[in-house]
Amino acid sequence: MQRLGPLALIFHALFVLFIMAPLLMVIAVSFTDKGYLSLPTDGLSLRWFYAIADNPDFIDAFWVSVWLAFLSATLATAIAVPASLAIARKRFWGRNTIAAFLLSPLMIPHLVLGVAFLQFYSKIGLGGSFAGLTAAHVILITPYALRLSLASATGLPRDAEDAAMTLGASRWVTFRRITLPLILPGVAGGWLLSFITSFDELTMSVFVASPATQTLPVRMYHHITQTIDPLIASVSTALIVLTFLVMLLLDRLYGLDKVFVGKG
Amino acid sequence: MSDQAHAGPGAKAAPYWMTGPGVIFFIALLGAPMMMTFLLSLHSYDFTLGIQDDWTLANYIEVLGDPYFHKIFGRTFGLALLVTVICVAIGAPEAYVLSRLSNPWKSVFLLVVLGPLLISVVVRTLGWALFFGGNGVLTMTAQALGFGEEPVSLMFTFTGMTIALVHVLVPFMVISIWAALQKIDPQSEDAALTLGASKFTTLRRITLPQAMPGILSGSIIVFALTASAFATPAIIGGRRMKVVATAAYDEYLSTLNWPLGATIAILLLVANIAIIVSYNQLVERRFAKVFE
Repeated sequence: MQRLGPLALIFHALFVLFIMAPLLMVIAVSFTDKGYLSLPTDGLSLRWFYAIADNPDFIDAFWVSVWLAFLSATLATAIAVPASLAIARKRFWGRNTIAAFLLSPLMIPHLVLGVAFLQFYSKIGLGGSFAGLTAAHVILITPYALRLSLASATGLPRDAEDAAMTLGASRWVTFRRITLPLILPGVAGGWLLSFITSFDELTMSVFVASPATQTLPVRMYHHITQTIDPLIASVSTALIVLTFLVMLLLDRLYGLDKVFVGKG
Repeated sequence: MSDQAHAGPGAKAAPYWMTGPGVIFFIALLGAPMMMTFLLSLHSYDFTLGIQDDWTLANYIEVLGDPYFHKIFGRTFGLALLVTVICVAIGAPEAYVLSRLSNPWKSVFLLVVLGPLLISVVVRTLGWALFFGGNGVLTMTAQALGFGEEPVSLMFTFTGMTIALVHVLVPFMVISIWAALQKIDPQSEDAALTLGASKFTTLRRITLPQAMPGILSGSIIVFALTASAFATPAIIGGRRMKVVATAAYDEYLSTLNWPLGATIAILLLVANIAIIVSYNQLVERRFAKVFE
């Protein structure tokens, strides 16, 4: 293994700076003591964090996003786990087609999904509803949950399950006591990745959400297109801190590098 | 799951019970909306009467024939190409550096490089908007360095969109090249060095060819995501620098010409799938040759 030269290390430092710069910028601006957009050059202040409390629409949007992400990640996992076990371990007619179909939302731009749901829901009378938003998110994130639980279910040894069945365990008990614990890291990692993907989603939700079901990214987007002020910076900083905590959890649970290999 | 418990004699049906709920849900809530959007693109639109009941290719003829849309599609394609090239140029060396670091630095910097993917695109784009704005850091730096008092702004420019999109998407490039580099046997590089190859030759002849699958798969992800990106072009590019996604958004939510918006969306989808599929075939053919 070769050592890295100074040139490589300088490049690395610049790259990391490039990655961090906009985030540090947002964090810096959120601590300004001025009433307008500026860097906190002569004094730090938390006034813009207190200001979040005076803007309940951001807080409402945050809870909409949390509930939406929780519900849709759970439903997506409920679809993905049995499907991944069938796809990974059984040979049946239509197997590849079904797998490709359940992964197909990855190939569809979010914008296209957004306009499709906008029209569909306004036709069937679900326009702007929370149920419609949730269903759209389930479609969007099922591939993520499926991919991670497929990765765990593929190459799962059958010995332990065979042993359990031989010893008289029912299929359900075998699943709950043997199979599920074995694939749990993938299932949990998939749930968390789905949760975060749903929580961050903007492009599709912009079309589907109504003012009553506005998610946090949609609320923030509409705010930014109107005005960029320190308030949006402090909301973003709070979001960065929260995401960072979830990221550490995801890294512990599944490994961040494994989560993203081949995503897209 | 309870169906599985009784699967006994009907074990052949089990895979269908297990995948069925997902498939039915997808047919109803993905198949139907997509089909409706396609059908909508075949209707014409009248600004006073709304969506018409006719069947026509007029929307496709309009989008494919109008210089206004040519410009938007051309800009989007050029942007995607440029962002992809820059992501390869800076992502490949970074992936190489990451693969050469030892722990704990490796884990720390993987987290630093990949972490932003989990942070909302709106937040990351906001960071660049703060840099680019007329009273942003860019202007302050230029004024401090004595480049005059004129505000320097990259808002609503192609350059601004490119920088922000590279930042948003380069982690995908780094991770897919990094994954390819993980598979390289370090001894192949040692062998080249032992046999007298220079460091540069080793990099070019041994490491780079083995990293190629990662570079290609990273490129396709970055290209496809740039071509359909909405948030960053909408915030940085605005109405002055429309791309396909923001143009479709305006047709739906400002002009209210849904059939035309549907046409743009369908064309975006078709282009997206065509590029992914043809690229995959190209990669397969290319690497089939390598292994022969």
